[in-house]
Amino acid sequence: MWRLAGSLPALVAVIIVTFVLTRVLPGDTATYFAGPTASAESIAQIRAALGLDRPLPEQFWSYVQALARGDLGMSLTTGQPVLVDIMNRLPASAELTLFGLLIAMGIAIPLGVLAAVKQGSLADHLCRVVVTAGVSLPVFFTGLLLVYVFYYLLGWSPAPVGRLDAFASAPPFITGFYLVDAALARDWETWHSALAQIILPACTLGLFALAPIARITRASMLAVLGAEFIRTARASGLSSRTIILTYALRNALLPVVTTLGMVFSFLLGANVLVEKVFAWPGIGSYAVEALIASDGAPVQGFVLTMAILYVLLNLTIDLVNRALDPRARHS
Amino acid sequence: MSAVLDVSDFSVEFRTRSGIVRALDRVAFTVGRGETMALVGESGSGKSVTAYALLGLLDAAGKITQGRAVLEGVDLTAASPGELARIRGKRAAMIFQNPRAALNPIRPIGQQIADVLRRHAGLSKRDAMAGAIDMLRQVGIPDPARRASAYPFELSGGMCQRVMIAIAVATRPALLIADEPTTGLDVTTQAVVMDIVAKLASETGMATILITHDLALAAERSARIAVMHAGHIVEDAATKTLLANPRHPYTRRLLAATPTAAGALSALRSIPGNLPDLRRDDLPPCRFAARCDRRLPGCDAGLVWRDIAPAQRIACWNPT
Repeated sequence: MWRLAGSLPALVAVIIVTFVLTRVLPGDTATYFAGPTASAESIAQIRAALGLDRPLPEQFWSYVQALARGDLGMSLTTGQPVLVDIMNRLPASAELTLFGLLIAMGIAIPLGVLAAVKQGSLADHLCRVVVTAGVSLPVFFTGLLLVYVFYYLLGWSPAPVGRLDAFASAPPFITGFYLVDAALARDWETWHSALAQIILPACTLGLFALAPIARITRASMLAVLGAEFIRTARASGLSSRTIILTYALRNALLPVVTTLGMVFSFLLGANVLVEKVFAWPGIGSYAVEALIASDGAPVQGFVLTMAILYVLLNLTIDLVNRALDPRARHS
Repeated sequence: MSAVLDVSDFSVEFRTRSGIVRALDRVAFTVGRGETMALVGESGSGKSVTAYALLGLLDAAGKITQGRAVLEGVDLTAASPGELARIRGKRAAMIFQNPRAALNPIRPIGQQIADVLRRHAGLSKRDAMAGAIDMLRQVGIPDPARRASAYPFELSGGMCQRVMIAIAVATRPALLIADEPTTGLDVTTQAVVMDIVAKLASETGMATILITHDLALAAERSARIAVMHAGHIVEDAATKTLLANPRHPYTRRLLAATPTAAGALSALRSIPGNLPDLRRDDLPPCRFAARCDRRLPGCDAGLVWRDIAPAQRIACWNPT
């Protein structure tokens, strides 16, 4: 609870900075929306209607007042309230990011453990290759590469046109995650369609997240395996299964969880590009489109949403750490 | 007294980047049922390496190059890693210094004892936990049922060492190796910890190897003392004999360097020189020769161990 309160100043700073940024960025909203043929009067009219002709402090004050009512403003591109747009699109981004993270964890943690337990083995070398590749390949590149190979060359995956193919309809809204909602509705056709669509972008994000997780898992496992209590466990003749999984891995996971939080926030950033490449209707692509249109309210809403997500994320990491580490519970 | 552990001709080498370290050379000793033997020597003399090598806990660079170590009829040097893992913790157990770091920081202590019982005694979860609580009671931890769910960071160093002992003796091993068990504990706790070990040893007939650099502790707690220097056991004798009539020059020096309650601090004499570099290819047969004031020309010809008196074995041509 105190941590939550402690993050309030950061949120205030984010509100101020995004407000200033959207005002100083090049591009004039009024000109953009008036269209190329508009006269100077109509541009001035639009500017007045949007309140863009008033002094900055006044604009900021009315922005904060609206914010306090939960009003993030209107998107000029979609004509909808920004809050509604973001609420509609957030589940798509969240599903993609979480799925990507799951893929990364599913591969990186076992790989890191194997690499640490059998140093110099094939798994160790593979781990090194993956880590190097993961940090050196940008996500938009891996994304395009995957589309090129699996859609264009092999034809294994469907066209990158969003969350579902043209013939499927969205499952009834429960969590907003299509894979979960479709499974709950026992609509396996939609489920397959959603899975086929999400697999490539999720793998793109997964490849990006793989490297830091594998590296930290390996390093943390190595450190724990050299610890004195592992020597005790060996001296007690515990099976290597118990030693590695119960004694070493559980201790090694503590720094890994902290890293996961960091990786997750990187992923939220990487999402913007991946959603663009895969036409994914998430908040990342929404923000990019708004930015290109010099549409300030959605950009501010996006950044604020991200900031809130970071705060919640850190809180979650904290809770998980407390659950894993009895020492954290007592301090 | 039948021997629980019979070590003979036992040598260990470490392969390192900077050369082969001849860490142990033809170490030999026996420990009988219920007997407590102390292995004393300065840091780097090979006491702990002996313990690790016996239990198969050497890291990958360390190899047993020759010799035998027979525990209850089983040669540990010939056992497979799987066989060793079944013997470790069941027939031969070990406790360490710095008990807090030697326990898993995020696992309840009762669970850590129960893990050993489940592994070696094949107990069910519930029986293992009951056994663990019983062990906590035996090592004198108050309110054991409640303490079983405590974590190491919630206990004092002395309590952690009791838990360590409970883990080690839970399966009633025939041999307990205690590696500097009281280092880092305050004096009264040291005495309590050693009393617990002695009590369990006398109850179960467990043989104990006490590894320490503290000659006073060894003198007080063991029936026999083996003195190590640079990977050799230079003298092995009954405690009384060794203290009253040390025959190896190194033992004599070691005793002169040990403070006593009666003696003045100014009477202490340090031992000149250092342990030889064990990576040298031209190690002299007697590794104490360079520091020895009783060196003879014959010392460079070879090293033999001989019984100079009943139950007193030394590695020296020119004993004092």
